[in-house]
Amino acid sequence: MIPEIGHYALALGLCVALVQAIVPLIGAQRNNLALMELSRPAAVAQFLTIGVAFAALTHSFIVSDFSVSNVFQNSHTDKPLLYKISGVWGNHEGSLLLWIMILAVFSLAVAVFGRNLPPTLRARALSVQAMITVGFLLFILFTSNPFERIDPAPLNGRGLNPLLQDPGLAFHPPMLYLGYVGFSMAFSFAVAALIEGRVDAAWARWVRPWTLLAWIFLTLGIALGSWWAYYELGWGGWWYWDPVENASFIPWLSGTALLHSAIVVEKRDTLKSWTILLAIVTFSLSLLGTFLVRSGVLTSVHAFATDPTRGVFILLLLAVTVVGSLSLYAWRAPQLKAGGVFAPISREGSLLLNNVLLSTASATVLLGTLYPLFADALNLGKVSVGPPFFNAVFVPLMVPMVLVMALGPMLAWKRGDAYGAARRLWLALVAAAVVFAGTYVAAGGALTDVGAAFGMGLGAWLLIGTLVEWAERVHLFRVDPVTSLKRAAGLPRAAYGMTLAHAGMAILVMGVVGNTAWKGESIQVMSPGEVVEIGGVAYEFRGAERVEGPNYDAVQGRFILRRDDGAVLAVMEPQKRTYTDPPMPTSEAAIHTDGITDHYAVIGDPSPDDGPGAFVTRFYHEPFVPFLWYGALLMGLGGLVSLTDRRHRIGAPTRARARTAAPVGGASARGAAR
Amino acid sequence: MMRRIVYFLPLALVAVLLGFFIVGLQKDPRKLPSVLLDRPVPAFTLAGLPGREGALTGPDELKGQVTLLNFFGSWCVACLQEHAMLKRIRAEGLAPLHGIAFKDQPEDTLRWLGRHGDPYDRVGYDTTNRIAIEFGITGAPETFVIDADGVIQYKHIGPITAQVWAETLRPLIEDLSTP
Amino acid sequence: MRPGNKQARTGTGAIARVVAGAAVALAVAVGAGSAGAVEPDEMLEDPALEERAREVSKDLRCVVCQNESIDESNADMARDMRLLVRDRLLEGDSNEEVKQYLVDRYGDYVLLRPPFKPTTYVLWFGPALILIGAVLAVVFSYRRKAAAPAAPPPLTDEEKAQLRTLLAERGEGAETTGKARADHTKPKARRGGRS
Repeated sequence: MIPEIGHYALALGLCVALVQAIVPLIGAQRNNLALMELSRPAAVAQFLTIGVAFAALTHSFIVSDFSVSNVFQNSHTDKPLLYKISGVWGNHEGSLLLWIMILAVFSLAVAVFGRNLPPTLRARALSVQAMITVGFLLFILFTSNPFERIDPAPLNGRGLNPLLQDPGLAFHPPMLYLGYVGFSMAFSFAVAALIEGRVDAAWARWVRPWTLLAWIFLTLGIALGSWWAYYELGWGGWWYWDPVENASFIPWLSGTALLHSAIVVEKRDTLKSWTILLAIVTFSLSLLGTFLVRSGVLTSVHAFATDPTRGVFILLLLAVTVVGSLSLYAWRAPQLKAGGVFAPISREGSLLLNNVLLSTASATVLLGTLYPLFADALNLGKVSVGPPFFNAVFVPLMVPMVLVMALGPMLAWKRGDAYGAARRLWLALVAAAVVFAGTYVAAGGALTDVGAAFGMGLGAWLLIGTLVEWAERVHLFRVDPVTSLKRAAGLPRAAYGMTLAHAGMAILVMGVVGNTAWKGESIQVMSPGEVVEIGGVAYEFRGAERVEGPNYDAVQGRFILRRDDGAVLAVMEPQKRTYTDPPMPTSEAAIHTDGITDHYAVIGDPSPDDGPGAFVTRFYHEPFVPFLWYGALLMGLGGLVSLTDRRHRIGAPTRARARTAAPVGGASARGAAR
Repeated sequence: MMRRIVYFLPLALVAVLLGFFIVGLQKDPRKLPSVLLDRPVPAFTLAGLPGREGALTGPDELKGQVTLLNFFGSWCVACLQEHAMLKRIRAEGLAPLHGIAFKDQPEDTLRWLGRHGDPYDRVGYDTTNRIAIEFGITGAPETFVIDADGVIQYKHIGPITAQVWAETLRPLIEDLSTP
Repeated sequence: MRPGNKQARTGTGAIARVVAGAAVALAVAVGAGSAGAVEPDEMLEDPALEERAREVSKDLRCVVCQNESIDESNADMARDMRLLVRDRLLEGDSNEEVKQYLVDRYGDYVLLRPPFKPTTYVLWFGPALILIGAVLAVVFSYRRKAAAPAAPPPLTDEEKAQLRTLLAERGEGAETTGKARADHTKPKARRGGRS
């Protein structure tokens, strides 16, 4: 009964979405407030219907109702509760429902928190949002019904892929979807603005928090996936340039560009048509990712089960969305007024350069990802585009990017002083030089270390440059500490957001460079009692034993990890598991971290030929890997802090209004101080 | 006017992209065509199955007339699917059918042929994958059509069905056989 | 994010569908699980040669896997290719010769770094072309903007009409929405004040 309610709720949701898509649009066109206002109760109803459907599917998973095909395919009674729930989105149909659920949540957010939006803009944005929902509801209802029944109901399910039975991966898809779908807000607002024919600072101010929110989720979602791959797949890799990874990275790059160009629109009322285009493109790239993952046009290790009908349907969805919005763009964008002028060397100029580099990076990854498809379609033969290509083309784009990232925030709006800014960055330059020389010597001074040392220096340049920028703002050491402290407290949260996010990027760069350059590994057969040294530590093998888990059996190795001087750092117990439903082996690495370097141990198959109790073992020396996670977290945190900036406080329109009433002068004084 | 055209650029780009996707949806990215077509059979040395007449030991035995060369193994489930078809092809006698068993122990291959019937003229075996890599194949079954000069003319990936035989392979062999 | 296995991500039913869809069911058994591919028994005695083998393996695609190098894949086929790479190196092949050996048999498909040749010019020159295009676009639009008068153009009729309706609406003393609209115009006023 409950699955049928869920199915029915989806159908009802479709009707509501249709109303929400059409009526407010007409209302906005006729300037009829009553029709426009319908969008808000519709968004609430939309949320309720989809919520019921989502709850129904979740219920079916929790109670293990195997008469529902989707539950049968992806769940099992022995599975821990968390993975029963994460099983809801661990498959094509359920993940699609989650997509729609998040769409509905965002619509609801606009309806509830968007009270201070102009009614026409809000009505149109909600209408566009509903159009997207309609598309996805049609998709799920016609090709991917998550509530399909099987008769007779099987006694037990087939279980979830054990690789997915992991806390990291339980939350990775929802985070990614929050990111992807979050960009639909920027898209809907962009389309609404095109219909209105009006983009201004206020528009940018409304769009930015949504974009920021989506960006935070996408950043953390990607990082979570990377982290999961690192510890779960058992060989210490964290990024593979796989098409599915790229599918999330491409919108991240263009979303990051959007985040920055929206600042220019907000502050300087220029770059408007470009920002609109970016908003459209970013969401379209999110849709493209969905298409690539679910249609089977590309080979990837973790594409969803592919089905041509679904592929055609998503392509259709993508085509309608992109062609529709870009036609509107071609028609209306020329009418957008060009805004303020600025010198090439200025804050605007640097943000523009950021956009050029990020868009190029995004397009480059897209090109590499799709090239096998292009070549095949044109009968140029089968080619593979793998990590060596991406590394070769991506790095040269990121070097100028990071160089400018430190400089840009130091420049004034309209007309900046590059020489002056560079001079004020002397400390960053010194830091970069010291780190370069230091790492170069520490690494052994080989010719191959130059690139890595340069990369580390680049990270230091950005990190110190970012901190110098903050110090400049608070006049650190130029005025007495109390004044500095006051200034620091008075800085807008958005400024802190930038500082944190840029510092995060600097740390991420160091993590990427350092780990890529100095990662080490050791693969061997070990008998109990043997010791292997790698990366300044020694692993002593103490044998392996069988252990039993709730739905798996495992061989668990035992290693004593010692420092150079013999002090015991940790006892490491990696496992090689064999799951029962579905039968599949996985490897659980043991990782010991000191905050800078990870020591990573994996136990492999027994090797009885080499003596009793002998096992294949692998150790990885993973320097700077924690920097990746620190960097990503700092970036997310920076986004979050920026989101709480008074200008963006999306959840508190009344408070914002109350405040703007009084200290307008104060705010502008603070703004001028930048 | 130029200015207005610029705004159509994204639309045009996307149209091209969508075109590629439409074509791409109809292709299988996993399908890997052979690069050995129109090239002579690679050099190889194999041993015949012990106790079985007709050994395939080298490329010279694939010359002189049009031949079919089938890669199989006793471990290969899909090979069993096409086995009946291979026997029919053998009975038809249009061209000799040779087999290479790979990643297989000779006794296992012999037992398998004993149980399911032996449609091959000559058989060679390799206990490793090496011969498969030599021929650029990715699995079993795969079947080559080789002309009288020992040049590879065609490769079929997957089990040979009656349809594949009637519509592709037989016409090709007939065509190649008439000088 | 890389399950070492061929079809990860979805349940076994989906796997069955994928396999059925692929029809061929290329049975060169898919290796199981994950956790490193290179086994100790494959490795060469000579560490320099082994290092080279690893380097070459990282650039070669496992032909039966979805998108992995033979260095990462647990598939049997990948193992056999790794062994082949080591054999060729022992015989004195250069790294490039080993790769060419496999390209001769499987085509450019086995190379994870696509070769530089006419069919891949678009790929290799693409990023540079995109960058140059983007820079040119910026320069041109910047010049045009710089040439245009800085003063805002006069209001169009449409805008004048909008303004009239706006003013009229405010005249009526609209409650919440009216205030919201007032808020909406504020940032502009503020910015004007600063510059």
